[in-house]
Amino acid sequence: MRFTLLSQAATEAAGGTAAWVALAYLVSGVLFILALRGLSSPATSRAGNRYGMIGMTIAVVTTLLTHSIASLPEIIVALAIGGGIGFVIARKIAMTDMPQLVAAFHSLVGLAAVLVGLAAYLNPDAFGIMLPDGQINPVSRIELGLGIAIGAITFSGSVIAFLKLAGKMSGSPILLPGRHVLNLGTLLAILGLVAWFTQDQSAWVIATITVLSFIIGFLLIIPIGGADMPVVVSMLNSYSGWAAAAMGFTLHNTAMIVTGALVGSSGAILSYIMCKAMNRGFLSVIAGGFGADASAGAGGAAREQRPWKRGSAEDAAYMMKEAENVIIIPGYGMAVSQAQHALREMADVLKKEGVNVKYAIHPVAGRMPGHMNVLLAEANVPYDEVFELEDIQSEFAQADVAFIIGANDVVNPAAKTDKSSPIYGMPVFDVDKAKTIFFVKRSMGGVGYAGVDNDVFYMDQTMMLLADAKKMVEDIVKALQH
Amino acid sequence: MDFISILSIFVLACFVGYYVVWSVTPALHTPLMAVTNAISSVIVVGALVASAAAGSPSAKWLGLGAVVLASVNIFGGFAVTERMLAMYKKKEKK
Repeated sequence: MRFTLLSQAATEAAGGTAAWVALAYLVSGVLFILALRGLSSPATSRAGNRYGMIGMTIAVVTTLLTHSIASLPEIIVALAIGGGIGFVIARKIAMTDMPQLVAAFHSLVGLAAVLVGLAAYLNPDAFGIMLPDGQINPVSRIELGLGIAIGAITFSGSVIAFLKLAGKMSGSPILLPGRHVLNLGTLLAILGLVAWFTQDQSAWVIATITVLSFIIGFLLIIPIGGADMPVVVSMLNSYSGWAAAAMGFTLHNTAMIVTGALVGSSGAILSYIMCKAMNRGFLSVIAGGFGADASAGAGGAAREQRPWKRGSAEDAAYMMKEAENVIIIPGYGMAVSQAQHALREMADVLKKEGVNVKYAIHPVAGRMPGHMNVLLAEANVPYDEVFELEDIQSEFAQADVAFIIGANDVVNPAAKTDKSSPIYGMPVFDVDKAKTIFFVKRSMGGVGYAGVDNDVFYMDQTMMLLADAKKMVEDIVKALQH
Repeated sequence: MDFISILSIFVLACFVGYYVVWSVTPALHTPLMAVTNAISSVIVVGALVASAAAGSPSAKWLGLGAVVLASVNIFGGFAVTERMLAMYKKKEKK
């Protein structure tokens, strides 16, 4: 069965010259730019998302209209299956699970790129990359080889990131002996094979590139610890973009190239922001193993016992009710215990009492960029009460209460003073300037992901609220309503 | 299109991406990742080309597989972004 929707256009498009086809892809590329542009403010963001959807529709429809299609029913079924699965997942996923969902989605883009690359290798004529002698154009071979390699790295790397984020695999770094040599060797072998591919297009070359790239993606991510996951997720985001761009080069498709460049730079910028917020070099994150040595040291050396004060929900309720300004600092612990709704309820009661409540979010709070903002938005916290580090830093001096819930390293003053600390140089909130500090924490045992002790625990104005975050906040709400 | 024109589009698009992404508010970084996820699935174009073409059954099935994967991402990515963005609300005016 053969469907030809627009046979004339199809013949023209085969040469890639039909001007309107190119124009349609350009329009869809521009719509994708507008989709990202919309995210500059929550007010314009939804319109932006619609532009993205329109852009995607144009790209898909244009492709279907301009190719003679030998298998329309299969394609429709494939779209329906994938679309159905995607839609159901998007509906059901809990907001706390967003980091692993995004990692899972990255892996799909990566695998799709690998499949498209292999299909192009098997049927170069359909992709317009075949020379008259039946060989694949050498330039296209480089693009294909790189596209497949990046796609495969994205896939296996994202699968590991997904397993770590979903807690199906230990978040602690797994360090293989000689991993740097192994990784570098594998990467060089992949590049060498891509170069060899331009001379020899036999199947074993492309197969080996694919397999080695799957392996290197796996090797690159296993040594990276849980706290570095925001960087990893952003980095894989970037890779999925470069994979799409490489396929765009092969297909000479503007929409794919523009999108690939957008997504690639987006992920790269996010990785940069995350690294900067932790004061870590990108390379040292990628080299992995952060936290592994530090936690070993903390176990060996006897940590000095310093006095600390334990507070109760009633203490917190009383102090915050009397306060003028309260700043709440949420961290990953809030996400784990799903305390965001209870937290918003607490803020509502306080606001009724005339207290000025603000939220302070560190760029690396949570497991992916913007993770805390989404959770607070889910709990109906208005976004104009939520502030970034640099916007709220000066207000701690006027704050009566700093309420730290599930965060630790981002308030550790050692980052400012202790040059030997693994988190030295990381920008942190000046919570020590607040008159009173409430620190919600499960126990005094755990000391954050960096494995360093936190002076804030032992300060005169600090009261430790040791309990599950959600339970504690609910108790405070009860105490407030008395 | 020759390689240099394609490369020009790519390089310019990288610059556009650089400036556009820096203007994204940090509060929306998670939706940004979700939507970039959705749009990078424009790779579905390549998947459709592979599955539409006659000539190589194995290429067709690889293409169809890629269509399924990419469309999970397209529908899932846009839908989850929409869901997240709907939650961002301003303070109600008193």
